Amino acid sequence: MSFIDSVSLPRNFRLPRVDGLVQWIVPLAIIAIWHVASVTGFVPVRMLPAPSDVALAGWKLLQSGELIRNIWVSFWRASIGFLIGGSVGFAFGLANGLSQLSAKLTDTTLQMVRNVPHLALIPLVILWFGIDESAKLFLVALGVFFPIYLNTLHGIRTVDPQLIEMGRIYGMSDSELFRRVIFPGALPSIFVGIRFALGIMWLTLIVAETIAASSGLGYMAMQAREFMLIDVVVLSILIYALLGKLADSASRVLERLTLSWHPAFQKR
Amino acid sequence: MQTALRTSLPETELASRANFAPHARLAREERPVHVSGLPLSIRGLRKSFGDNEVLRGIDLHIQAGQFVAIVGKSGCGKSTLLRLIAGLEKIDAGSISFGDAAIRPEDIRVMFQEPRLLPWARVLANVEVGLGRDRSSSDAHARAEKALTEVRLTDKRDQWPSVLSGGQKQRVALARALVSHPRVLAFDEPLGALDALTRISMQRLLERVWRDQGFTAILVTHDVAEAVALADRVLVIDEGRIAHDVMVNVDRPRERGSVDLAVLEGSILSHLLSADDRI
Repeated sequence: MSFIDSVSLPRNFRLPRVDGLVQWIVPLAIIAIWHVASVTGFVPVRMLPAPSDVALAGWKLLQSGELIRNIWVSFWRASIGFLIGGSVGFAFGLANGLSQLSAKLTDTTLQMVRNVPHLALIPLVILWFGIDESAKLFLVALGVFFPIYLNTLHGIRTVDPQLIEMGRIYGMSDSELFRRVIFPGALPSIFVGIRFALGIMWLTLIVAETIAASSGLGYMAMQAREFMLIDVVVLSILIYALLGKLADSASRVLERLTLSWHPAFQKR
Repeated sequence: MQTALRTSLPETELASRANFAPHARLAREERPVHVSGLPLSIRGLRKSFGDNEVLRGIDLHIQAGQFVAIVGKSGCGKSTLLRLIAGLEKIDAGSISFGDAAIRPEDIRVMFQEPRLLPWARVLANVEVGLGRDRSSSDAHARAEKALTEVRLTDKRDQWPSVLSGGQKQRVALARALVSHPRVLAFDEPLGALDALTRISMQRLLERVWRDQGFTAILVTHDVAEAVALADRVLVIDEGRIAHDVMVNVDRPRERGSVDLAVLEGSILSHLLSADDRI
C-alpha cells in the first residue's frame, strides 16, 4: 500500500507540468545541433542556412505581410477543404454504418476510389478546374474524405450490440438511439479518422500548392526556389511542421473535451 | 395466499418482527398489501433457432408478485424463456400473457449479467435511461435519484461508470431497471460475474427491493443456492421443458446456510445431476 503510494504520488504531481516541456526537448535539440553545424561550416550554408538566417527571413516576410497572407490563404483552403470532405465522409460513414442498403449501394465504389492515390488526380484536376481555388479544395476534400468515412463507418459498426439492445429495451426511438448510444460509441473512432485526415489535409494542400497555385505556403516555397532563396524554403517547411502540430493539438483538445468519459482520458 | 406476503415494510422492520414476534407471518398479513406485480401465464410456448428446438412446450402460471427462479444446465433454454418473457425474441408458437391489465413497455424490465451501462453517461443519466418515454420529463432527475437511493449509490451519481466496481455497476443497472417501477422484472444471471461476497450482498439487495416494490420477479441463474435463497418457487428446466416445479416454503428473511435451504438445494441439485446422468 505505502509502496504504491510512494511510487505513484510524486509521478502524479510531476507529470502534467513536465509533460508540456518534455515534448519540445527533441525539436529544440535538433535546432541547436543544426545551428552548431551551420556556424562551424560543417553544413554549407548554400545547402542548409543557419536557424538564425531562417528566423531572419521569417521576420522580413512577417514585416512585409507576405507570410501572414500566405499562411492565411493556406489555412483557409485547408479548413474549407477539410470541412467539405469531412462532412461528406461523415455523412457516408453514417449512412453506410446505419443502413445495409446504403452500404451495399456505395461501399464497393468508395473502396475502389479509395485505392486511387488522390494526388495522382492532380493533372486531371488542373484540366478541370485550372489552378483555381476549387482545384485545391477538391483535392483536400477528396483526401480528407476517406479517413473520416472509414473511421466513422468502423466506429458505428463496432458499437456494442448489447448497448443497442439495451437502448431498444428501454424504448429509445431511432433518433434517440443514435444520439445517446450509436454516435457517442462511434466518437473515439471518428476522432482517429479526424487525426489521420488532418495529416492528409496538410500533405495534399502543400503538394497542390507547390504544383498549381498563385498564393499560399506551397507557392511561397516554390517561388523562393526559383530565386534560390533557400532560407524561405526551409522556413516554409518549418511552418508546415508547426501548423501540423497545431492541428493535431487542436484535435487532441477536442478529443479530451468530448471523450472525458473514456478511461484513457481520465485524470488519475 | 402467497401474494399476501408482499408487504411494503422496510427490511429492518421485517427482520425485527421475524425475531421478536412468533407469528410474524400473521402480523404481516394484517398490513396493507402492496402488490404491483403482474401475473404471468404461459401456454404451449415453443421456440427454435434454426433446427434446434430450444423450448418444447412450456406451460406455466406465475402469481402476481411471486419470485420465481429458473435453473437448469447451460443450453437448457432458461435464458431463451426469459428473453421471450421480456419480449426480446419472437414467439414461434404458444402465448405469454400478463393478466388482463393493459401493460406499458415500462412495466417489464430486464437486468442482464453485464451491466450494459452507457460509458459516456454519468451514473444518474444512466439511471434516467430506465424511465423510457418519461426520460425528458421534469421530474426525471428526482426519480433517478430516488432509484439510486434504493440501491444505496447516491454518492456515485456524478461518476463515470468506468470508475465503479463490478457490483456497483450492477447496482446502477438495477436502479435503471427499477426507476420506472416495473411490474415484472426479469433477471438473466445478474450476479453471475460478481465475486462471492458481492453476490451475497447483491442477493440481499434484490430481495429487499423486490419486497419493497412487489413486482413479479423472474430470476434465471445457474446457482441453485441463490435460487433457493431468493425465490418462492424454483423451476428446473431440462431439454426445453419444465422438469420440476419446487415451492420454497421457507420464511423470510431467510438465513443463508440454514438446514431447510440446504435440503432444498440438495434435492434440486440431484434433479439437475440426474438429468445429467442420462447423457
